[in-house]
Order: sequence, then C-alpha cells, then structure tokens
Amino acid sequence: MAPPPQSQRSPSPSQPSGKGEVSDLKSQLRQLAGSRAPGVDDSKRELFKKVISYMTIGIDVSPLFGEMVMCSAASDIVLKKMCYLYVGNYARVNPDLALLTINFLQRDCKDEDPMIRGLALRSLCSLRVANLVEYLVGPLGSGLKDSNSYVRMVAVVGVLKLYHISASTCVDADFPATLKHLMLNDPDAQVVANCLSTLQEIWTLEASTSEEVAREREILLSKPVVYYLLNRIKEFSEWAQCLVLELAAKYVPSDNNEIFDIMNLLEDRLQHANGAVVLATTKVFLQLTLSMADVHQQVYERIKAPLLTLVSSGSPEQSYAVLSHLHLLVMRAPYVFSTDYKHFYCQYNEPSYVKKLKLEMLTAVANESNTYEIDDLLGSITVTELCEYAANVDIPIARESIRAVGKIALQQYDVNAIVDRLLQFLEMEKDYVTAEALVLVKDLLRKYPQWSQDCIAVVGNISSKNVQEPKAKAALIWMLGEYSQDMHDAPYVLESLVENWDEEHSAEVRLHLLTAVMKCFFKRPPETQKALGAALAAGLADFHQDVHDRALFYYRLLQYNVSVAEHVVNPPKQAVSVFADTQSSEIKDRIFDEFNSLSVIYQKPSYMFTDKEHRGPFEFSDELGNLSISAESVDTVVPAQSVEANDKDLLLSTAEKDDGRDPASNGSAYSAPFYDGSSGPAATSQSHGELAVSNTSVSGQTPASSLAIDDLLGLSFPGEVTATPTPPPLKLNPKAILDPGTFQQKWRQLPISSSQECSLSPQGVASLAAPNTLLRHMQGHSIHCIASGGQSPNFKYFFFAQKAEEASTFLVECIINTASAKSQIKIKADDQSSTQAFSTLFQTALSKFGLP
Amino acid sequence: MISQFFVLSQRGDNIVFRDYRGDVQKGSAEIFFRKVKFWKEDGQEEAPPVFNVDGVNYFHVKVVGLLFVATTRINISPSFALELLQRIGRVIKDYIGVLNEDSLRKNFVLVYELLDEVIDFGYVQTTSTELLKSYVFNEPIVQRAKRMPGIAVTKSVVATEPGGRNREEIFVDIIEKISITFSSSGYILTSEIDGTIQMKSYLTGNPEIRLALNDDLVIGRGQGPIYGYRSSSGSGSVILDDCNFHESVRLDSFDMDRTLTLIPPDGEFPVMNYRMTQEFRPPFRINALIEETGSLKAEVILKIRAEFASNVNANTVKVQMPLPKYTTRVNFDLEPGAVGQTTDFKDANKKLEWSLKKAIFLIAGGSEHTLRAKLTFSQESHGNITKESGPVSMTFTIPMHNVSRLQVKYLQIAKKSRATEPYRWVRYVTQANSYVAREIRLWLDECSYSVPPAVISNLHVKLGCVIPIDLVFCRVEFPKHWAVGRWRLWWNTAQLANY
Repeated sequence: MAPPPQSQRSPSPSQPSGKGEVSDLKSQLRQLAGSRAPGVDDSKRELFKKVISYMTIGIDVSPLFGEMVMCSAASDIVLKKMCYLYVGNYARVNPDLALLTINFLQRDCKDEDPMIRGLALRSLCSLRVANLVEYLVGPLGSGLKDSNSYVRMVAVVGVLKLYHISASTCVDADFPATLKHLMLNDPDAQVVANCLSTLQEIWTLEASTSEEVAREREILLSKPVVYYLLNRIKEFSEWAQCLVLELAAKYVPSDNNEIFDIMNLLEDRLQHANGAVVLATTKVFLQLTLSMADVHQQVYERIKAPLLTLVSSGSPEQSYAVLSHLHLLVMRAPYVFSTDYKHFYCQYNEPSYVKKLKLEMLTAVANESNTYEIDDLLGSITVTELCEYAANVDIPIARESIRAVGKIALQQYDVNAIVDRLLQFLEMEKDYVTAEALVLVKDLLRKYPQWSQDCIAVVGNISSKNVQEPKAKAALIWMLGEYSQDMHDAPYVLESLVENWDEEHSAEVRLHLLTAVMKCFFKRPPETQKALGAALAAGLADFHQDVHDRALFYYRLLQYNVSVAEHVVNPPKQAVSVFADTQSSEIKDRIFDEFNSLSVIYQKPSYMFTDKEHRGPFEFSDELGNLSISAESVDTVVPAQSVEANDKDLLLSTAEKDDGRDPASNGSAYSAPFYDGSSGPAATSQSHGELAVSNTSVSGQTPASSLAIDDLLGLSFPGEVTATPTPPPLKLNPKAILDPGTFQQKWRQLPISSSQECSLSPQGVASLAAPNTLLRHMQGHSIHCIASGGQSPNFKYFFFAQKAEEASTFLVECIINTASAKSQIKIKADDQSSTQAFSTLFQTALSKFGLP
Repeated sequence: MISQFFVLSQRGDNIVFRDYRGDVQKGSAEIFFRKVKFWKEDGQEEAPPVFNVDGVNYFHVKVVGLLFVATTRINISPSFALELLQRIGRVIKDYIGVLNEDSLRKNFVLVYELLDEVIDFGYVQTTSTELLKSYVFNEPIVQRAKRMPGIAVTKSVVATEPGGRNREEIFVDIIEKISITFSSSGYILTSEIDGTIQMKSYLTGNPEIRLALNDDLVIGRGQGPIYGYRSSSGSGSVILDDCNFHESVRLDSFDMDRTLTLIPPDGEFPVMNYRMTQEFRPPFRINALIEETGSLKAEVILKIRAEFASNVNANTVKVQMPLPKYTTRVNFDLEPGAVGQTTDFKDANKKLEWSLKKAIFLIAGGSEHTLRAKLTFSQESHGNITKESGPVSMTFTIPMHNVSRLQVKYLQIAKKSRATEPYRWVRYVTQANSYVAREIRLWLDECSYSVPPAVISNLHVKLGCVIPIDLVFCRVEFPKHWAVGRWRLWWNTAQLANY
C-alpha cells in the first residue's frame, strides 16, 4: 500500500473555518479536564460529540488535541471511544502530540476490561506514526496471546497496521509466523479470518522481494490449510466465508474425488441469502470443474436458479452486481439460459444500467436459439419484446433495443421478417429510432448484399433532411453511394448534401460523402459529375486534415487514371460473414478467470483498470493462471510455449491469406478486433500482443496445477489419450505425433486438396461450449488437434492425422460456426490420392460429435 | 477490503465519513457526488452502483434517499461491497429505529462507534447486531415514528421503550412483490412473485423458533406437478422456483415437514427469500383504451378491477400512464359518486396519474373503477397514438393478502419457564413491483359483444385472422391494423354482429 499523502490541514474552502467555535470548545474542554464534579462525564460527552461533528464536516479541530487527550483520562468508555476516534484521525498530522497519547493508550492496553484492552490496542495501531512503532510491538505481542478473542481479533489486524507503518519492524518481530500458528489453532473464527486476510496481504507484498516468503505464501493454498478452513466454514461470519471461498477457488485439487468432496461440502452455500457468498461459491464451482466439461455444464445448470433468485430479491444495486455475473455466464453459454429468457425482460421501473444488461442477455439468448432451428419461435418472441422497448419513452433503452434487434437480425435468415421490423421502426417517425434503424440497415446490407432490393426500398423513403445524427447520416450516405444504381435519385440527394457541405459538422459524415459521391460517379457519371466536382473542391478546402487528404487523394487518383480510381474506391466487395466481436476471446476468458470481481462489472480484465498492487486480495491469481500453462506442457508432447508461438503464427498466416476482405471495423456498431482470421491483420496483431505478454510471464514458473489452459488463452491442445482404433478403409495411426513446426511448414507448402462444408448436429454444437470435448472426440477417431481458438460463434481448429502404415500426414483446418451449425473444412495431404477417403472419415467423425 | 465508507445526503453533504486505510484521497466524497450527479449530460441515465474514477472504485447503494458509499483501489467482489453497504444500513437501522437523514445526524457518534466495530482497517469484522451490542456503548437517540402499516417495525433493538421494560415480541412479515405484464388483450405475458419472509425479533434469551410453512410446498419447478393453469383459490401445491435462507436457518426437518428452525439474531433480517413464476390470480386487472375523438383530441379510458376477497383492502392504489408528448390539456371524468379518488396530469413528464384512496375496494372487493380522460393535443398525431402512450403502470399495497398462498402455518417459540407468552405477529403484504399493462388498445365504439367460443372459432375462419378474446370483459378485440379505415372496421363489426 502506498503511503497516504499528507492530508491537508485546511478544511475545504466551502466549509466554514469554525475558528471561533474551536477556541470556544478549547476553553470549555480545559475547564472540564480537571473537574471531578458529578455529571461531568455527560457534559464531556456533549463536548466530544461537538468536536467529532466538526471533524466530520471538515473543520480542523486538531488544535484541541492536548485538551482532548487530557479529558479522556476518565474511565467512561463512551468518552474513550470518541477520543480514540479523534486521536486516530489527527495523530498522523500531529506526530508530536500523538506521543502524548501513547502513555494512556499503553496503560489501557493492560486494563482489566477486555473491551478497553482491545479498543486501546486498536487505537494505538491506528496512529500511523512511524516514530511510534517501537511502542507497538510489546502490546501487539501480548494482544495476540490475550485470553479474550476480541483483543486477539484486534491484535491480528494491528499486526497488519504495523506492517504498513514499518514492514521491517513487523517482520523482525516474527509476527507473520505467530499469525500462521494462530490461524491454524485459534478457536475463534473471526481471529482465524483476520489472520488469513492479514497474512495474505503481508505475504503478497513481501513475496515480490523474497523467494522464501513466496514459498511461505503457497502454504495458504496447500491442502491442509484449505481443508482446515473449508471444514469450519459454517463457523465463519458470512463475510469471512467469502474470504475462505475466494481462497478455495484458487486451490488446485489433486484428483476428481477432491473436487466432488469440496463441491458437496459447499453445496448449501448456494442457498445463502447473501449474494457475495453465493457468487464466491459459484466461483469455486466454476474454477474446480474447468477441466471436466460435463460437470462444468452441470454447474451452470445448478447455479442458474440461485443467481436468478438473488437478482429478484434484494435492492437494485445488489441485483445489478449479480446480474452482471449472470450476464457473463449467459454470454459464455447462452443455450443454458434459453428457457429463462423471460427473466431478462425489462421492467419499466428498472434503472437503465439493469435494462442494458438485460437487453444484451436477451439478444444473446435469442441468437443462440436461432441456431437450433427448433426454437425459432423464441427468436421472434424476443424480437417482438425488443420492439416493445423500441417504442419506449426511455430513449437510451429504445436505442439499445433497436441495436439488439439488429444483432438478432444479423443472425436470422428471414428477409421478410426483418424488412417488416424495419418498416415498423421507420413508421414510428421518431428521429432516434430512424437513426438507429438506418445504421441497422447498413450493417444488414454489408452482411446480406442480396437483400439490397428490399432494404433499399425501405430506405428510399427516408428523407436525408430528417436524419441528423452523424452515425445515421453516414450510414445513409454509404448506402446512397453503394447502391446508387438502384436508388433512382441517389445522385441528386448526394448533390444536395454536397451543397450543404459547410453545414455538416461531422468529419465522419464528410468523409463518407466524398467516397459516396465517388462511387456514384463511377456508376452514373453524367448525373454525378457536377456533384463530384463540388465535393472535391469542398473537400480540398476542408479544414479537417483527413477530409482534406482524402479529397486530394481522390482528385489525384482521378487525374491519374479513372479506371484505377474505380478499382481503388469501389472494388467488388465480399459480404462480411461475421461482424467483429467487441472483445477478443482472451479478454473474455481473462474476465471469466476474475469472476466475482469488478472485472465482471466493468467488463474489462483487472489490468485495464487497476495498478498491479491493487489487483485483488489474491494477487497471485495471475501467476497461478500462468502456472497452469507450464503444467499442461508437462503432459503434452511439445512444450507449451513453442506450440503457442507457432500457433499464433499459423493464425497470422491464415489472416494474411484473407487479407483481401474488407476489414470489419468500418464505423459500424460492432467494430472491434475479433479472434477470427477473417477480421484482418489488425485484430490478429492485437491477440498477438496479448499472447506475447502471457508468454513472458510463463517462463520461470514451476508446474503446480492442472487447470485447463484454454481458459487463459482460448487456445488448447490435447493431452495424451489412448485412442480406439478406427475402422478401415483408411487406417489412421492412433498415436500420431507431429510437432507444430512441421505442421506449420507443411501447411504452407501443401496445396489445398479438399475444401468442404459439412453440418454438425445440434447436440454437437451444444457440447462445443465445453472446452476440449471436440478434441477428445476427434482423438477417439485418431485425429489430433494441434491448435484451436476462437469464440462463439466461430471456432477454429487445426487437426492432423497420420496413416497407420506409412508416414503420410493429413492436415485439416476446420472452422465451426455454432450459429449455423456448419463447419468449413480445408484438408491438405501428403498423399493426395487418399484425401477423399480421409475427408469422408473426418466428416463422419465430425458429424457424430455430440451424438451418444 | 474497503478504504473508506461514507454517507452522503441527497444534496451531497457528508453525514458520516470514515477513512479506514488512508489510500484514497480525502476529496473522494466530492468526486463521487459530482460523478453521480452528472453521470450523463442528458441526465437520462442513472449512474451504475459501481464505477471507477482514476483507479478508485466507488460502490454505492441508495437507502431512504441517502447514499451509502464505499471506496477501494482493490479489485474486490462487487457483491461483497454492495451487500456490505446494505447491511451497514440495516445495522444502523436496528440501532436507531428509524433510518433517515435526521436520525442519522442525531446519532452520528453512535454510527461512528458502530462503523469502528463493523470494519477494522478495511476488513469486515462483524455485522451482527447481536455481537455488536456488546461492543457498542452509545445510547441511540430514537425518533418516535408512527407505525407504518405492513412493513417491519421501527423500534430500536437496544433502546428501552418509554414504559421501561421492553416488550417480548416477534414480527414475521411475508412480503410479496408482484411483477406482471399484461398484453393488449389482458393476457398475462410474464408474471413473477418475489417474496421474502422478514423477521424482527425482540425476544430475550435467544429462544429457538420453529416456523412451519405449507406442507405441500414444492421447491424447484419441474419437481412438482406438471405446470399448468391453476386458479389461486383452488387447491394444488405452492411451487417456488427457488429460494434462499438466512445464515441462522437450519433446514434439518425442512425436507420432511417444511419447517424452518432458527435462533433469530437481534434486529431485522430475511429468513427466506423466494421466487415464484407459477401462475396466480393477479389482484388487479387493468384495461386501458385510447381513442381519437377528433383531429387534436383523444379519449383515454382506464379501468381497474379488483380480484381479491372483499374482506381485504388495498392501500395507496395509484395508476400512471404516459401520454403522447404533444398532450397539452387533460380533462378528467370520474365515475358518478366516486369518493377518495384524485386525478392529475403531470405536464413536465406528460403523465396521467390516478390515485384511489384506501377503502375504495373495501366494500366491493371484485369491483371495478373507471376513469375517463379527455386529452387535447397541440399537434396532430401520426395515427400512431397507441405507440405514443403507455404503458399503464400501477402501484399498490394490499395488507393481509398474499397471492402465492405461501403461509406460515405456525410460529412456535421454544418454551422457557416464563409467565408471559411473547407477542407473535405474522403479517402478509402484497405490493406491486412492476405492474404493467402494455399496448393501449384502440377503443372501438360499442363493439363489445358476448360471444360464445364456438362462434369465435368460426369467425377465425371467416375473417381469416386470429382474434384475441379477453374473457374477463367478455369483449372481442380486433387486431389493431383493422382500424386502418373506418369502413373496413365497420364492415368487420357488422360481420361480427351477424353472429
């Protein structure tokens, strides 16, 4: 903990200085200090209250320090407590005066009454004055041995306070060792809990400097300690239970029996009324079962009801915290929640932060259900519900709803339904609805250009004068340029927009206008020539650098060669297959690892919003996560790092191949890098950077856990599982070995010998969500995975297989889209002649995936 | 780990400020308040309960208009912080009886004392009112407040009653909050009951208590009988979707006889929270109709119908309906002989408000009340008047009524050799959480008919479209797009009349 800044002595300027009052109080306190008259304690209490109330509102009452200390020599405990509060507040700015208090505090530490002993010890440790630490060690030492649990409780936290004032004094007095002993032996649960939190904090801070302490810290996660605490869990207060559960989530059990023991023991914690306990338990369950796909799935089912109950009981704030976590789970496994969609309906009186989360969850659930076809109804129910919100008086929510409808529409394949919805939106004749609808149409067209006729018909009715918002205007202009051959009056609309160039404040819109006029010119030159000239002239005179540059660029391009210009500005476009997700899968997995923390609320991993020292009560979570990688590497044929390195190269190379595609991030609402080769080099390089970061932290760790690697990086590779032999005609080697380097080399050299699409069973898609299931399944067919990655709905796998008799290899790239339950397979083979046989075998294996 | 805790008034004044760790700057309260006050420039969005400014995380909950705030730099569990804030509020309330700005200011020294014991150096020590009693010495300055009907008592757990001796009593409140969305035709789209059994004990000597619920209570949908419509008055078990329990509750015999055993700690706490989506009979039906009566005029007809037994009584019934933004004037027309009803048109947010005082439903539980309102517009509507108004929402409290039929069969206090039996209060309350009728129907003049179902199904064939039927009002509703033209409508109506 960084030392606190020297607090300002002067009160905030808005407050009265209260100088007169303070001197008044001073004289009154003086009078009372020596008095022994009956009832004097009551008048002192009144005066003390006044002092503290001034302190609260920010008046500096530190000049009263001497008087306050003198007055509190009395035995009245209420007075004492008020004085302690006062002293604690001002001792740091008045270290000399604080010395005055040491005497009576030390005396109180030996009082008969344990209450007074505890209080005095707490105040003594709260003085936070460096030159007083010598007075702390003695009372703390006896406090830790006190017969009364209250005093011990206070003393344990006192050790932590001492550590923050002077770490060396604390360590030299061997307090951490004492606490460790106390933690495992004290009969009082709160003393134990305080020991745990104190040791965690001290050891975490110390560990960075000392190897020995780092090892010591590992003890907290050892089986005896974790079991000792878990077995007593019901003795702890609900808050301390959270502490223990947080620790248990980091514990790595040695076998499955242990996992089930822990889960059985904690089962009833899921019925706790305190959301913090339930979420902490949930985290334990989720972390423990990461390596067991089917049990992990069951955990989702199990925690659903308790979390939903927490959402609907409690205050809006509490339900928001739980809902954020539910949101995370829904995003990870929407299909688990497909029957619960009604819980994500918004209520009219909910705060907008709750509504926003619910909208996203509804969208996720609806999208997922579409992929199954069995439940198409749900999709349309949800859309209907969302359309209700679009008509809502709450404008931000209405906007979000339309965007949500858009997201669902982008997954649906029913053009009529969507055009109907669009018409409905546009009929509302509300500016913001029209604006959002336009952006939605633009995205639809980029994905489904074949619908242009229907969509253009709808858009054609919108007057550009009614569209004010830059995003919407840009969308409209883009469509005018892109479909100028179908939109009768496109050149004239663009011309009028160019005429009002100076009134257009958004540079984004002006940029789009330039491009649109260019595109229109290539399609309908005579009608657009005038507008183009005007646009280029206006663009060249534009004060905005980008606009100016683009105009100049277009101008020179046209001068150079019109057909080249057309090729540059308006090349044939491919439809966007998948819009980029807002977050990369690594980030999402990172957030999942930090379940039950602020990362979930902010939807960012902790390194994005905290400095290293504040990552959390268990700062070593990071390193532990990394440990799992090296642990995995022990089991695999090749070291983890090299696979990773090669794998990211692989992804990079495929991305380069797809380079021709229009990068998905073009001012769209869904723009952000996506972990899928199709989104262009920008996205890949980001994930690249991420990987590199993780790589460096991996080195030098010792293996200690068996957590699945894929939760950290979204990448995974199989352990060695003995495979069942596959039937003829093509016999594959069940124990084929190929190192990633060779794979990569071969993949580059060999031509694609087969490229196919095949579909998956819905059950298969469902079980894809659990990590490694597909890999194990394929391994059962002697097809091995070398690298995988991606995030719903798109997953990418690289497989290889070898012929049983000879060293002839097959390489497969398999992209599975869970939304359409389809997979694209590219096969490369050493022996081209057997590709067909292998392809059949591969497809049969894949189609059986998920079936019993 | 918490760095600071403070309570701010609605105006942003510090009422209590306690710094536990000294690692967050002193001006945090001001930074926080400014951020909450001006979350979004347009003021349309509320600040979320958790946010981060310059590396400091701020948590807040609103309790009786006050802001309870905690700060930290650490990435802690948000639920932990928010639950804690809520709990601190409850502990303070246990001590000072009534929690509000005034009582908090009067008792701030006591509050500081509590805060010192609840949290030490950022770590929670205890939030149990019971344990705190032995550490906390300030006497609360208790406000006398009139007893609010229904919800928990406002009596300090430590202060002595004016009479000298504290009365031995225990309160058990079964509070149910209903969320319902009615569709345009009066069907229930979604419904949920969020219930809690709240307990507040003033018993001395910590006796054990047994609380028996319905024998046939089923927990977890899918375990019980097949889901289907059951009228709430009929038999059939109560099926809860899920529930959770307070720490002190022991469930040893719960599976056998649905009995909860507990030694209640001091102060107020929820024994059990439950959630139910089983169908139930809604206490009120809402019907809202809107019709254009001229180019700049429209008429709204609101009808509410009470559907609970006549011996119970709803308090503070209030119906609200947003009207089109271009509404300038509203003339209300209450039913003849209406008493205790008030109407209002809030021009600022264009809302119609209709309040019905207590006792209106007393005589005639199962009665219906109607409000007609004539609207004047400043501009012509785009023929989409139904989209521009609504949804109609309703708030109410019905004491001594519960819709889930979950009951406390008995409340047994373990016998101590004692002359006086403690007072036991078991009370039921039903409240509206989100009680909404969406999509205001177009009112079609005099087109209500009582039609037997057979005729309707025949009509489906004849007219080639589905007609939702509201059986409660015995009225046939036309799909909205029929109203496109008057002639079309007339024809349809005539067709219907032929039957």
